[in-house]
Amino acid sequence: MSPFLFWVFALTMLFFGAAVIINRNPVASALSLVVSFLALAALFISLNAYFIGIIQVLVYAGAIMVLFLFIIMLLDLRAEELRRVNWIASAGGVVVALALIIQIVSVVGRLGIARQNFPPLARPASDDVHQIGLFLFGNYNLPFQIIGVVILVATIGVVMLGRRQTH
Amino acid sequence: MVTLGHYLIVSGILFTIGFAGVMVRRNIINILMALELMLNAANLSLVAFSRFHVDSGGLPNFNAQVFVFFIITVAAAEVAVGLAIVVALFRLRQTTNVEDITALKF
Repeated sequence: MSPFLFWVFALTMLFFGAAVIINRNPVASALSLVVSFLALAALFISLNAYFIGIIQVLVYAGAIMVLFLFIIMLLDLRAEELRRVNWIASAGGVVVALALIIQIVSVVGRLGIARQNFPPLARPASDDVHQIGLFLFGNYNLPFQIIGVVILVATIGVVMLGRRQTH
Repeated sequence: MVTLGHYLIVSGILFTIGFAGVMVRRNIINILMALELMLNAANLSLVAFSRFHVDSGGLPNFNAQVFVFFIITVAAAEVAVGLAIVVALFRLRQTTNVEDITALKF
């Protein structure tokens, strides 16, 4: 992937990621999150992870964001815009985040392998869906079935939580 | 050239944005969105390491991509349950602001 496209998608992702936490309006935050996830899917595809990029678009930019927007519109959240900002808590959060980013950059800067280029692949357009399928149903068969049970339990839990209490 | 370090630093910045969001925002729905940003930052660094560790056959390390698949699945379940809890809480208290929910405060 050309460095130009990497920077375009990385800066788009970071800009809209910052917009998620800066916007006061929850609907604007959710739409910024969609753009951030689409740019992240482009970064996944730049790393030759086509399957992960596509399920990122389907699951996050599709299903999860529809869920967020549905709940925001269902609850009709507008009070947030009128509430004043707690400046001490905001400053504390920003200071802790700055300390974290300085630490991450210093660790990555000292890491030797971080300066190496990515080694070339045998086939640039590799059949990664086939390979991930082999791993998923071979080595990771038991975790794959457990994840199915997790989804089932989450579905039942959401139905139970969303039910109106009638006693 | 774009190296592994570029991806790791971009991933770290995205994680930090999500972390700052969890610390600063006071609306539960915004906090859930910031959590999603943090999970995605972890996914980005996992995929970058997967592309970096190319085996002798010229294939990337697919273990990391399978792990990302599991993370996305669990994140979807987590968001569904979290938003259901938010709806139940809103029905009970008519608020989604964490400063108004002090039932467990000592």
